[in-house]
Amino acid sequence: MRTQNATAYRFLTPYLLIFAIFWIWPIVSSFMISFQATRTVPWRFAPAFNWGRLIGDPAFYNALTNTLLILVIQVPVMIALAIIMAVLLNSPLLKARGLYRFAFFAPVVVGEVAYSAVFRLMFSLDFGIVNKLLNSVGIPKIDWFSNVTPAMALIMIAVTWRWAGYNAIIILAGLQSIPEDVYEAATLDRVSRVKQFFHITLPLLKPVIVFCAVLSIIGTMQLFTEPFLITERGGPGGGTETLGLLLYRQGFRSLNFGYASAVAYTMAGLAIAITLVQLWLMREPK
Amino acid sequence: MTSRSQARLGRVIALHLFLTPLALVWLFPLWMMVVFSTMPDNGIFSPGIELLPHDNFLDNVANLQRDTNFIGAIGISVSVAVTYTILSVLLTSMAGWALARYEFHGKGAVVAIIFGTITLPYAVVLIPQFIMVARDFALANTWIALIVPPLFNSLGVLFMRQAFSMMPAELFDAARVEGVKEWRIFLFVALPLARPMLAALAIILFLASWNNYLWPLLINSQPGAMTAPVALGTLIGLTKVSWGGIMAGAVMLTVPMLIVFVLLQRHFIAGIAAGAVK
Repeated sequence: MRTQNATAYRFLTPYLLIFAIFWIWPIVSSFMISFQATRTVPWRFAPAFNWGRLIGDPAFYNALTNTLLILVIQVPVMIALAIIMAVLLNSPLLKARGLYRFAFFAPVVVGEVAYSAVFRLMFSLDFGIVNKLLNSVGIPKIDWFSNVTPAMALIMIAVTWRWAGYNAIIILAGLQSIPEDVYEAATLDRVSRVKQFFHITLPLLKPVIVFCAVLSIIGTMQLFTEPFLITERGGPGGGTETLGLLLYRQGFRSLNFGYASAVAYTMAGLAIAITLVQLWLMREPK
Repeated sequence: MTSRSQARLGRVIALHLFLTPLALVWLFPLWMMVVFSTMPDNGIFSPGIELLPHDNFLDNVANLQRDTNFIGAIGISVSVAVTYTILSVLLTSMAGWALARYEFHGKGAVVAIIFGTITLPYAVVLIPQFIMVARDFALANTWIALIVPPLFNSLGVLFMRQAFSMMPAELFDAARVEGVKEWRIFLFVALPLARPMLAALAIILFLASWNNYLWPLLINSQPGAMTAPVALGTLIGLTKVSWGGIMAGAVMLTVPMLIVFVLLQRHFIAGIAAGAVK
């Protein structure tokens, strides 16, 4: 194909301009801001100012620990659940498939604010439907909002409800791309279905599962709306504060842009590390 | 009945016995959203267990409208989401077309930069975007602030690049031989052929804009400039607020999207699943 610079850039430039202004430049700019003291006018370059504060800030470690704790528990549970949903939705034995698909996929279209409001109401101490139902089967009511452990559990339950179906959609697409004859051969060789799942399905799904895991980790790492709205600004007492919330409070409540940028770049560093792990997991076997 | 078909029946029953409760649990929050939205506040905050809808929905909408101008906010949300979707589909399909069908200097670099930065968290650009839009351009609380910055999203570029590169070259070469201009080939040959992909992309982008919360929360915080999710979010956590009203707002945000989801399920799922096809 001959080179068509002028034509190509006529199509490309409008998007590239927006992409450069609102994505590439902010990525660079954020990095530079993290090395500046931003609460003086004018801002001044002070390389250790924000990063020095960050490594000694208990609020940062609290947010980091909470975020990692949610990651480590919520993401594997959700991915496992999504695999189960996808495999069962794919079963030829399933009747009324459309209804089940609707049940699991519907949360994908529900906005963060709408579902945060519902979860907050459902889990409220005295009048929440969840505690009422627990009570009716003899389980004492749980104070989801005043104790750290139930509050963290609530955040994880909410995020899992919202995103499991999303991952199941991706995994289901992966399942449907596995050729049927692989299973037929295994069935002829009298390989049990459970063995087929662990020895055929899971290995073939590995790229898709790793992809879902990376997407989910990067999404959960930025968790903001749920602890902001459901557990009321990361309550109780910072018990559900995440890196996303810390960034919000520092950047947009205290208007401390430098420090907030350092927090943002900590998230970026984690994301880059996770992406590298993904590339390593996905490397071509020699 | 043979033992083989008995075993099959057993598996069918086991499958449904497991999946049905899980599906009911998954539907429960949506169902309760609808139920709450139809109950008066003193019904929501009463000790009884209520699982069926009442008839208080319109009163709740009125309560919500008293607490915040939700109908106005819905108007902003709809206009912004429609404009954003049209612009984003246009910009990203043009870029995707260029990357799929032309050879040019810098092509490799553009693709590398898009792929290389796609997994960076959005949080990284939040502060510079805010400083730029609010301070440098003084555009806070405008529609432009809601619509333009999120157009950076490169999902559509990759999606449409994929779609256009799968089309056979002869389709376009035939038009070129006849002397048809490139932009006409794009508009009148390539785009119509890509209709299913455009539909999937448009749905995903519309939904993203409709549900977007963090950026509109930061940039359009004045009451008259808020989108519907932001307006609803300001009520959560207030005392003396109608929870029936909040739930009515949640229903107004959610139910139209559920209907779109049911009607256009195929495109929706294609759009989400395409994220995995890189």
